Amino acid sequence: MAGEGLQFPTGKKIFVTARPFIIALWLSFLFLPFKGIRASLIFFFCSSIILFSFRYVSGFKKMFSGMTQSIRIKTRSSAFFSGRFPVVFRYSAAVFLLAFPLISRDYFIDIAVLAGIYIILALGLNVVVGFTGLLNLGFVAFYAIGAYAYALLNTRFGLDFWTALPFSVGLTVIAGFLLAIPALRLRGDYLAIVTLGFGEIVRLILNNWDSLTRGPNGISGIAPPEIMAVSLGKLSHYYYLVLVFVFLTVITTKRVYSSRIGRAWVSIREDEIASSAMGINTTVYKLYAFAFGAFWAGLAGAVFAGKMQFVSPESFTFMESVLILCMVILGGLGSIAGVVIGSLILVLLPEVLREVQLYRMLALGAGLVLLMVFRPQGLFGGKGVFIRN
Amino acid sequence: MFLQQVINGLTIGSVYALIALGYSMVYGILELINFAHGEIYMLGAYLGIIFLAFFTAIGLTAYNLPLALFLTLILSVVFCASYGFTIEKVAYKPLRNAPRLSPLISAIGVSIFLQNYVMLTQGATDKVFPHLFGASGFQFVSVRMTYLQLVIILTSVVLMVALRLFVRNTKMGKAMRAVAQDKTMASLVGVNVDTVISVTFIIGSGLAAVAGLMVAMYYGLVNYFIGYIAGIKAFTAAVLGGIGSIRGAVFGGILLGLVESLGGSYISSEYKDAYAFIILIIVLLVKPGGLFGRAELEKV
Repeated sequence: MAGEGLQFPTGKKIFVTARPFIIALWLSFLFLPFKGIRASLIFFFCSSIILFSFRYVSGFKKMFSGMTQSIRIKTRSSAFFSGRFPVVFRYSAAVFLLAFPLISRDYFIDIAVLAGIYIILALGLNVVVGFTGLLNLGFVAFYAIGAYAYALLNTRFGLDFWTALPFSVGLTVIAGFLLAIPALRLRGDYLAIVTLGFGEIVRLILNNWDSLTRGPNGISGIAPPEIMAVSLGKLSHYYYLVLVFVFLTVITTKRVYSSRIGRAWVSIREDEIASSAMGINTTVYKLYAFAFGAFWAGLAGAVFAGKMQFVSPESFTFMESVLILCMVILGGLGSIAGVVIGSLILVLLPEVLREVQLYRMLALGAGLVLLMVFRPQGLFGGKGVFIRN
Repeated sequence: MFLQQVINGLTIGSVYALIALGYSMVYGILELINFAHGEIYMLGAYLGIIFLAFFTAIGLTAYNLPLALFLTLILSVVFCASYGFTIEKVAYKPLRNAPRLSPLISAIGVSIFLQNYVMLTQGATDKVFPHLFGASGFQFVSVRMTYLQLVIILTSVVLMVALRLFVRNTKMGKAMRAVAQDKTMASLVGVNVDTVISVTFIIGSGLAAVAGLMVAMYYGLVNYFIGYIAGIKAFTAAVLGGIGSIRGAVFGGILLGLVESLGGSYISSEYKDAYAFIILIIVLLVKPGGLFGRAELEKV
């Protein structure tokens, strides 16, 4: 099925040869009212040339399968995270990560810190979506709860980061349990919608509960974390903090994944009915998945609030949820290395392609569709949620 | 005051119902939550503004307003239906046998794509729909109803009745019901499933276009992200009434419109957008089949 692309309901031979032109004509017809005749004509020429060349250079389908094949071979031969990677490279990677703030500009460190926060978030979402197979579209709500909990505890009660962290993460986990109550009853897409609703409700509350959250103005003046009375307000210090948390997340999720709980999650993902027949209490394990995912989101939220020293509801929109989901899906659902790489790609790409930043979300949307159609397991994922054996 | 809010709720509720019909029909046939449906409604609103501006530019609006409006409506519906048709072919058809999460994520992708597509081509600022009708209307005792509200409610009712007749009485409608029941069986008895699915998307998108145009006239302001929230609300309406059922979508839409309008004036207008989500969660928890739907049995 995959790779069929556009197929118009005609069986006639002429249409087969002329199909690129017909598709291009159709698409430019759709484009017409939005940008006028001239842009539409340009669009027609460009798209027909592209579609035609796809067909006659090597065939769209063939080209794409070749591309994915090469990626697969590459990942297999390098096997970076599986432990077969030469020790020398692993140590040099570790040295690079540790020395990174010393050798680069603040701009790059800032991006690295952001990437670290997203990696924690994406790994947390990966537990819910990738391991357990429950689509959570409101993941950003946990992130928001974690961030606001730290922001409020710090600005209202003067708690420092390390005292506030258990509370804010604990609160997020409780929220995870609360959301899991409907999750236990619903399947698939209904669950997705309920989580989405949860995300929106949390954002609306943050936006409207002026007396507590100061509404759209957000909360400013949040203190950055301290270690031994040394404030980590400096970017390079913060980098190390985030690095430690990222490693903690990677190792913990990896360990839990290969534990009894992780096995139970995967079996629920593969076949819920079969796994409950095997004696797994699916309700309890789904609850664990939600709470465990929320835990990391809460941590990421607190780290985010400490870094920005400012939180507002604007940072926690539905699009943020989608972005995190994209990171998980792009890298490969269920694969920890894949998710890390996916988050890195999606954080770095807009920075590299500054001048086309406007088109970022457009490309993200199109990319999601293409990924689902051509390579549903993501760039680095194996068989899993989206592939039926 | 109360009756006034009821009128407002009915107006916006009938718009929700029109969008909900598209969700419900697609869900009934593909078991897919068509996330991009709200964006079709947004496209409808934009296309209405674009075509009306075009007709104003060539002087048709000044010459004959009803004709210009009618042509705008027709063109918006045609284009939105084309978009719906294309989206199905590109994003959903290749995934028809894929696990259920794949088309859902693909639909989210389409939704993001369309939002940004409109933002990039039409600009990120609000678009204004020309004020054509003013606030003229009529007055019962203490309730005021504008002609525009009347037009919206009447148009919705006419379309819903037409849809019901179509699904009940035509051959295509029969084929749609057959596909909704069992795709494989329908194709075995000679129903072209692909055509039926295309027709479903075309009809659903056409209804969303009408809804979009009417909302653009009613509120006068349109921006590229109205589709997301309207889509969620319409989906809530569809679930509330029982997804897959036409009657359910209509009642769900109107009920949601009433709740929003009454809740907005008596409880809190700041949380107006949250009511839909709260209702959605409660319905899914208490009666997942909705008001008119049947509870789904899971087949092993």
